[in-house]
Amino acid sequence: MVAVPKDTSGVAMSATRELIKLGVRDLHLVCVPTSGIQADLLVGTGTLRTIETSAVTLGEFGTGPRFAAAVRENSLKVLDSTCPAIYAALQAGQKGLPFIALRGLIGSDVMARRTDWKVIDNPFGDNDPIALLPALQPDVALFHASMADREGNVFVGREREVLLMAQAAKQTLVTVEKIVDGNLLEDEARAGAVIPAIYITRIALSPRGAAPLGYLDFYPQDEDELARYAGMARTNEGFNAFVDEWLAHGAALA
Amino acid sequence: MSANHTKTELLITVIAGLLEGCRHVAVGASSPIPGSAALLARKLSGGSMRVSVLGSRKNNFFTNGGVELFDLAAQGRIDAFFLGGGQIDGEGNINLVGSGKYPNSDVRWPGSFGSAYLYFLIPKVILFREEHSLRVMVPKVDFVSSPGTSPPNVHRPGGPTHLLTGLGLFSFNRARKRFLLQSVHPGHTGDEVVRQTGFEFDRIDPVTETPPPTPELLRLIRGEIRAEVAEAYPRFAASSSFG
Repeated sequence: MVAVPKDTSGVAMSATRELIKLGVRDLHLVCVPTSGIQADLLVGTGTLRTIETSAVTLGEFGTGPRFAAAVRENSLKVLDSTCPAIYAALQAGQKGLPFIALRGLIGSDVMARRTDWKVIDNPFGDNDPIALLPALQPDVALFHASMADREGNVFVGREREVLLMAQAAKQTLVTVEKIVDGNLLEDEARAGAVIPAIYITRIALSPRGAAPLGYLDFYPQDEDELARYAGMARTNEGFNAFVDEWLAHGAALA
Repeated sequence: MSANHTKTELLITVIAGLLEGCRHVAVGASSPIPGSAALLARKLSGGSMRVSVLGSRKNNFFTNGGVELFDLAAQGRIDAFFLGGGQIDGEGNINLVGSGKYPNSDVRWPGSFGSAYLYFLIPKVILFREEHSLRVMVPKVDFVSSPGTSPPNVHRPGGPTHLLTGLGLFSFNRARKRFLLQSVHPGHTGDEVVRQTGFEFDRIDPVTETPPPTPELLRLIRGEIRAEVAEAYPRFAASSSFG
């Protein structure tokens, strides 16, 4: 089980390319709480057995086309979720709890279809049904961040869902824009926005590692490239042509 | 469309009116019209309204990641929010997942996002979908991303209050589980709304026309609001959505 963040929170696209090159199969992808081109590429290349997500969207270019095709063809197990359920289940994982309670959900088909979720009567209330979700403890959290120091501390700024992911997951793999000297925790103004090294398994330097998605002030999303992907991925052939090019010339893109 | 304003400017005006009196309005991702309306409503409140626009750095104070929006909602710290749907039915049920038989939907949409939670918890949820057609306004949704109403024992301080489309504005009565057509936009008729709606709704004859933006509002929308919304939605702000 691999957890990845939403498009604006640091998507490790260069690492995703390497994952696809390795021909990894049968992954369970947890999107925190949504994904875009990353999930669509992983679906289209047959890397996933299961996707757990609140959405797969290319923003203004619509639903991930390979995701939509896989749904139609029944070649992917989809665990449809809702954003706060994914966060809450990770929070349970973060705390080492077996489950967590969450409001909402009751009466939705999201709830009805999730046989792994339950409704109980609030034991502290009176006739108050509430949903329970099992904890998510991903094997791996994979994301991109601004910088790491040589101690293994990683600065994430206000993109704190990746902190939640790192604390919930058994292992955390991070790509970064740059490696800096010194210890990020020594600067009190920055320390609160740092993931301490204890949660980090491996760090790889990968400038522009989120491209063609954007990353904070480092670079904007490459709208032309995403439009090109959205167009080509409408057919299997177009998608394969895009992926072949991406794998071959990826260094230029990401 | 009447002469001196665009449809987008009318929709912004209507939504801003519905937001009057709110303390904190949140706007989801990819929602330029609600985003513009919230910024306008804040301006009209003299700055007392707080607005959180997902996807904006300037108009978003969240420092605890994506979960913060949901925690705020559960505590009653958000008064108004916007949801849409690939399908919306007459009982206010919304479908953001796909048309056809789940799970192998013929047409798959991105997914439910936070709707299965926020629809329950935010007191004023405005359903906004510009396309008003029989394929969107259906008798019954194919998948309930989130239900319009809940049994009395389910914790539900929130839910739909209005449905705004490119044709008109409805209010929602939770006890009756029904929409009431409040007004039709200039250039459209009540009969047209009936023809384009796959569910039954209440109406009062003669139906009133949605009031257009005043010249002062139009000036604000085209000036300050358009400039402000460009930070999160540059392409929208540069488009012909504004007159």
